[in-house]
Amino acid sequence: MPSLRGRDMISITDFTQEEIEYILDKTDEIRKLSIERSDLLKGKVMAILFFEPSTRTRISFETAMKRLGGETVDMSEPKRASIEKGENLTDTVRVIDNYVDVIVIRHPLEGSARLAAEIAENPVINGGSGAEEHPTQALLDLYTIRREKERINGLTIAFVGDLKYSRTVHSLSVALANYNVKLYFISPPILKMRREILEYVSNKVSVEEVNDLNDVVEEVDVLYVTRIQKERFSDISDYMKVKGSYKITLDHVKKMREDAIIMHPLPRVDEIDYAVDQTPQAKYFKQVYYGLLVRMSLLALILGAVE
Amino acid sequence: MYSKGVVMVEKELRVSKIKDGTVIDHITAGYALAVLRIIGLTGREGNIISILMNVPSQKLGRKDIVKVENRELREDEVHKIALIAPNATINIIRSYEVVEKNKVKLPKVIKGVIKCANSTCITNGGEPVQPTFIVENVEPLRLRCHYCKRIMTREDVIDQF
Repeated sequence: MPSLRGRDMISITDFTQEEIEYILDKTDEIRKLSIERSDLLKGKVMAILFFEPSTRTRISFETAMKRLGGETVDMSEPKRASIEKGENLTDTVRVIDNYVDVIVIRHPLEGSARLAAEIAENPVINGGSGAEEHPTQALLDLYTIRREKERINGLTIAFVGDLKYSRTVHSLSVALANYNVKLYFISPPILKMRREILEYVSNKVSVEEVNDLNDVVEEVDVLYVTRIQKERFSDISDYMKVKGSYKITLDHVKKMREDAIIMHPLPRVDEIDYAVDQTPQAKYFKQVYYGLLVRMSLLALILGAVE
Repeated sequence: MYSKGVVMVEKELRVSKIKDGTVIDHITAGYALAVLRIIGLTGREGNIISILMNVPSQKLGRKDIVKVENRELREDEVHKIALIAPNATINIIRSYEVVEKNKVKLPKVIKGVIKCANSTCITNGGEPVQPTFIVENVEPLRLRCHYCKRIMTREDVIDQF
């Protein structure tokens, strides 16, 4: 396996399946360090360059770095700090690149992380670029499936909710296309899966677009639920029309297989009933913990602390 | 006094043969001006440029033709034309004779000629970056933005001209 030292993580497609599996294997090994704390990344500094509000992803990256003994610098409100002075992303990245060993970037425009990676000499990790990609979320989702189901091949996975704007769904379905899986895409017509992703995925695995969750809920191994994101709609009346149209309730869970799992990238609004949280199928909070482990593993690999 | 024959020829050709330069033929009807724009000719270079639009064509029904005098367009200049006029042919003229005839052919990567159709692409965000596209397919046209990875079709390109 070639070293991942110095590599960018912009899109999940930049990594071979072998490399992805390798990151997941290393995640298993790094789990004990998340409890013990370690000095693996001592002396390394990570910049958190988030041009879009985020709590979970930002804290997850920050904790991952700190648990491995590294440090973080944060541009807490970059919108105010540099954008309002008229500085562009290119210059911001060029400056920050001088101070740190790795940059995590989240930006509302698509392709932003790729541009940042072209500018920076240090590795860049995409923490979410517009509605396009969120590769570390895809990794942690794969890891969750692998841990909870003990395999990925042979599974039936259904995505439900906003498939058009959810970058999580885009990255994960592309990653899953490397495995032998069956995918269902369940969404209201105006939030259907993006054409280019659908084309890519359906060339590799079995894919079916479905309108009604009830048609497939009994056969799925993994139900991946997404929030219908208000901020992605330019017309608020379109949002009101589809808001809450796919709410997961105990009735759905009762129909599901006992060993099926429910995942969600969080934050949740009302698309999963709180009562579902208590069921054995609900794995979305465990998914958050796995996210920390995956980010630890990725940082250790990219910064060359683990080979 | 012109002879009858010459008048006839003038009527058919509308614009006479050029001595030296480049003739871009078989341009999709209505796109001659867009072709000039795509190859960056403004008319201020001083060359005589003749533009014929919507002339009858056996192959295309109607077509546009552009003649640029005293300038032989380079290969890399003309191939971008395939973005909007996939059937165009490039004729290099010396002393009234066609010395070279080529069909346009798209390069593998297109840089800085067109904008990404995705308004939320970083290349439309005021950054000092050239829009870059990978040509995945020529007919029908499929360009993939190097940055946001979205697909652009010929309609998306034509909308820009």
